[in-house]
Amino acid sequence: MNLLEMNHIVKEFDGLEVIKDISISVKEGEILSIIGPSGSGKSTLLRCATMLERINGGEIRYLGERAAYLGGDGKPVYPKGQEAKRIRSYFGLVFQNFNLFPHYSVIKNIVDAPIKVQKRARQEVYEEARALLKKMGLSDKENAYPCQLSGGQCQRVAIARALALNPKILFFDEPTSALDPELTGEVLRVIRSLADLKITMVIVTHEMAFAREISDRVIFMDKGKIVLEGKPEDVFDADHTRIREFLGRYQRG
Amino acid sequence: MSFSVMLEQLCGGMLKSMEIFFLTLLFSLPLGLLIAFGRMSKNIVLRTVIKVYISVMRGTPLMLQLLVVYFGPYYLFGMSIGGSYRFTAIILGFSLNYAAYFAEIYRSGIASMPVGQYEAAQVLGYGKAQRFVRIIFPQVVKRILPSVTNEVITLVKDTSLSFSLAYAEMFTIAKQIAAAQTNFMPFVVAAVFYYVFNLAVAVVMETLEKKLSYYH
Ligand SMILES: Nc1ncnc2c1ncn2[C@@H]1O[C@H](COP(=O)(O)OP(=O)(O)O)[C@@H](O)[C@H]1O
Ligand SMILES: [Mg+2]
Repeated sequence: MNLLEMNHIVKEFDGLEVIKDISISVKEGEILSIIGPSGSGKSTLLRCATMLERINGGEIRYLGERAAYLGGDGKPVYPKGQEAKRIRSYFGLVFQNFNLFPHYSVIKNIVDAPIKVQKRARQEVYEEARALLKKMGLSDKENAYPCQLSGGQCQRVAIARALALNPKILFFDEPTSALDPELTGEVLRVIRSLADLKITMVIVTHEMAFAREISDRVIFMDKGKIVLEGKPEDVFDADHTRIREFLGRYQRG
Repeated sequence: MSFSVMLEQLCGGMLKSMEIFFLTLLFSLPLGLLIAFGRMSKNIVLRTVIKVYISVMRGTPLMLQLLVVYFGPYYLFGMSIGGSYRFTAIILGFSLNYAAYFAEIYRSGIASMPVGQYEAAQVLGYGKAQRFVRIIFPQVVKRILPSVTNEVITLVKDTSLSFSLAYAEMFTIAKQIAAAQTNFMPFVVAAVFYYVFNLAVAVVMETLEKKLSYYH
């Protein structure tokens, strides 16, 4: 069974279609990268998958469970209450600009949701959070506040925060785009270490070498549509004008 | 009248002024938040009613509002007023007025929060109430503290408007003694009182701001 299925997703803003009938599926343990020019709808697609945007057409399923679909009246239907809570617990999202909670210390950023949302035992959550921080190379920052950290450190905390809820799938929306070039490496390294753990991930990125190396599958999007999809080498080496043009811009820059 | 007797009476007035001050804050700060929610409600009727309410409270003199709250029940419903209602009317009038000001402060503070904070909390599974209480509101408090300080300092001075209902707080008493004794001293004492009270308020608010300056 597919962990995530997005079927015929349509999303419009003010009558303008930004996602035009896109279908993707992600299997457990799979790493999918989404590349494409800016404005092609990559973020919107992730925001639809994580229920930050309401779809205008299609359906979303997590583990076969319907997370969003179009009702008889043409309006999207989203689950409520416990069902919504359960579906939300399947996924995590790492934002481009981290969105850490500035008033919470690093450790509190990580433990708050597991304790207050998932109602898990404090002791256990703190132990797990410390283990995560260690994995992120941030053990000494436990009591720091986000404003005292570098961008790369913030993003690593944000990744730990998302992981602390034990999601089945983790979405990344350009996790290194807000970082100074010398700080992207440390974040990519962390994401790579998650790949080694077989954590299911969907990554929107402009780091082409990284995407090529880490992904099981790559999707090239343009103007709200999937242009190419396949194994990294099949997409990156495709003899296709639009992707050649797109990749050319990166090689020149 | 000896100075000590005068001082004693003035001290009684000070306590009453402080009572008005603290009770007004106690009621208007939470009420202001409720009004802010109403002001931001999706329900257009509620939103409009609250908007008019805030506009009237901010657009008419507080002294007039106190008179309306005090005399209104008599003129409108023929209810008997006076006695303990005088104090109730003062607290009610002040609270309703200050809640309107605080509501606008809360509202602008809430509106200034980056949408990413809401989204991060939502994706992490926080419910609406949890999200507001744990993530949004604590940050709003820090953002609005300077504006709240301004209002609180104004409130210290505004308590003197209670004289319009002849309530025996600091200013009313000072005025009475000064008139009866043809003595300027009570006004000096009153001025010192308001000034020192405000200094104390400023110190408290500054401490609060410092406490919240551990992040930015
Ligand atoms: N909230 C919104 N309101 C209106 N238009 C939007 C909104 N979000 C995104 N868009 C538009 O949708 C298109 C796709 O945006 P986005 O998904 O952010 O692209 P990408 O992430 O690939 O750069 C853009 O044209 C953008 O202007
Ligand atoms: Mg984007």
